[in-house]
Amino acid sequence: MKYGVDEHGYYGDFGGAYIPEMLYPNVEALRKQYLQVLEDNDFKAEFDQLLKDYVGRPSPLYHAKRYSEKYGANIFFKREDLNHTGSHKINNAIGQILLAERLGKKRIIAETGAGQHGVATATVCALKGLECVVYMGEIDMARQAPNVSRMKMLGARVVPATSGSKTLKDATNEALRDWIGNPEDTHYIIGSVVGPYPYPEMVARFQSIISYETKKQLLEQTGRELPEYVLACVGGGSNAIGMFYHFLDDEEVKLIAVEAAGQGINSGHSAATTALGKDGVLHGMRTILMQTEDGQVIEPYSISAGLDYPGIGPQHAHLFKADRAQYVSATDEEALQAGLLCCQLEGIIPAIESSHALAQLEKMQFKNDDNIVICISGRGDKDLDTYIKHFGY
Amino acid sequence: MNRLQNLFANKNDNLLSIYFTAGYPELNATVDIAEALEKAGVDFLEVGFPYSDPVADGPTIQQSSEKALENGMTVNVLFEQLKDLRKRVSIPILLMGYINPMVQYGVERFCKKAAEVGVDGLIIPDLPMYEYEKLYSGCFTENNLSNIFLVTPNTSEERIRKIDDLSTGFIYLLSSSSITGSNLQVSVPIEDYYKRIKAMELKNPTIIGFGISNSSTFNKACQYANGAIVGSAFVKLLATDNYLPLIPDFIKNIKPDLSSRG
Repeated sequence: MKYGVDEHGYYGDFGGAYIPEMLYPNVEALRKQYLQVLEDNDFKAEFDQLLKDYVGRPSPLYHAKRYSEKYGANIFFKREDLNHTGSHKINNAIGQILLAERLGKKRIIAETGAGQHGVATATVCALKGLECVVYMGEIDMARQAPNVSRMKMLGARVVPATSGSKTLKDATNEALRDWIGNPEDTHYIIGSVVGPYPYPEMVARFQSIISYETKKQLLEQTGRELPEYVLACVGGGSNAIGMFYHFLDDEEVKLIAVEAAGQGINSGHSAATTALGKDGVLHGMRTILMQTEDGQVIEPYSISAGLDYPGIGPQHAHLFKADRAQYVSATDEEALQAGLLCCQLEGIIPAIESSHALAQLEKMQFKNDDNIVICISGRGDKDLDTYIKHFGY
Repeated sequence: MNRLQNLFANKNDNLLSIYFTAGYPELNATVDIAEALEKAGVDFLEVGFPYSDPVADGPTIQQSSEKALENGMTVNVLFEQLKDLRKRVSIPILLMGYINPMVQYGVERFCKKAAEVGVDGLIIPDLPMYEYEKLYSGCFTENNLSNIFLVTPNTSEERIRKIDDLSTGFIYLLSSSSITGSNLQVSVPIEDYYKRIKAMELKNPTIIGFGISNSSTFNKACQYANGAIVGSAFVKLLATDNYLPLIPDFIKNIKPDLSSRG
């Protein structure tokens, strides 16, 4: 694949494995084994089976008729919100738990921001009867209390990350520190296409099911496999990579990634990484990173807890630099309005993350026969408080 | 030869190195602490430059880094302090930190500036061998800076050999696979690991770090390596009020036979 990873874990200038020696054996073992496991027939069969019977895949590709009318083109929603646990995060969690099981691991750790990945991980650990420890920033635990309870009900131990800014990036640091101290029995399920190689590639493969299904569904519904545009929101970027993956080599398909601009790109309260970031290293990867002139990581802001990450996955950094995908942004306000519109036109309450992707439609011009696919990465139940507070329902 | 290589050429056992975070507990404490350590008889220094996301560090060094950043420590400020420091301190100095602040400063520019202000080497835990060789080894050699690699009980022999080939100062042996500040338990497998390394007859000296906090852990380490590094235990001392007069006793507690340098 033209935009794929090289043998050293790089996508162009980005990626690699910038890890301390203490993590080297864990990451190296994973690098050596993951492809072998993923290509094993028994693994594939169980992965497919669980995606079908447990997650509910394939997720529908829904022709949004009233949206299509409003924007003057054929608009399709890829319904990851209908998955078990409410988002695309479960695709990766299922893949990694099956991998961990085959690597003989007994204990699972994960980081979580909003709690969606934590819930997905706690869910698959319950499914497999494995011990589960989820690191979550102390501040996020207070902001996302229902998801903390959900994880606990599913049998996970939720450990507050009290270091640094006490949010997602610090939860990731804590999970990495746990892994340093427990190299033998523990597998770390990273929730996005971030971290040291092979994580970005492995997570991308598990999420690539999204675009794999989309191509087939488009062909069935429209007679054409390739759409004109594909849109997805991007924080770390796992739903976007999953949505782009099988279109990357089809250069005529325009890929659009929507970052969270927060209160505005230049407001000082933003998470628009490609607009504000520079080349840097965080969480074991070289990528584009929001940071001070002195190289200290800046805490990003977005109304959506799933998008406020100071970096992006290294493959996104490469797609951005290589101009293969266009990186744009939507503000809190634009996303909230787009979310409400989706409720009222289609009867779907999208996660605020996904609303960022929907917001981009307002800024585009289409031809009548254009086919557009938008990834609805998650459902908005977890965001009801935020929507309700904003709109006063 | 830089000061570090010179030191090893003249002395190869019971070497004591101390780590502390620059800018902690006060922004301008760096020079006074370094001077006190030299006077107390320490052989070389590791000066940490803080990063917001120190993934290899335990709570003690994390908190010292956070405080140092709050105090206003930056790469530029540190280089200014080191310029003054070199007027008063002559033992070898290594900078220890994470790669991102170096990338922002420009790695080439960083190495040049470090050499200019009298730094002898760098310890960058999250700079892997592949990236070091491919991107940065030239900057290190041109500026006569030793790059110090870490080895853990889980590092393979093949990899240790490669690290030995690339090293120009010493090899930093971690007493366990853990973050900084963990307690060292000298268990049989750990002794096996030290013996295994010793039997490899590496070209470079070895220094043991992580978990060294008193004379018994120090002496144990020196049986198998050329010396040891104390980090978190010293950083904890700096949290006490009026820590400067306490430094000589802290060092004596680790190396009782040491005569201070007056």
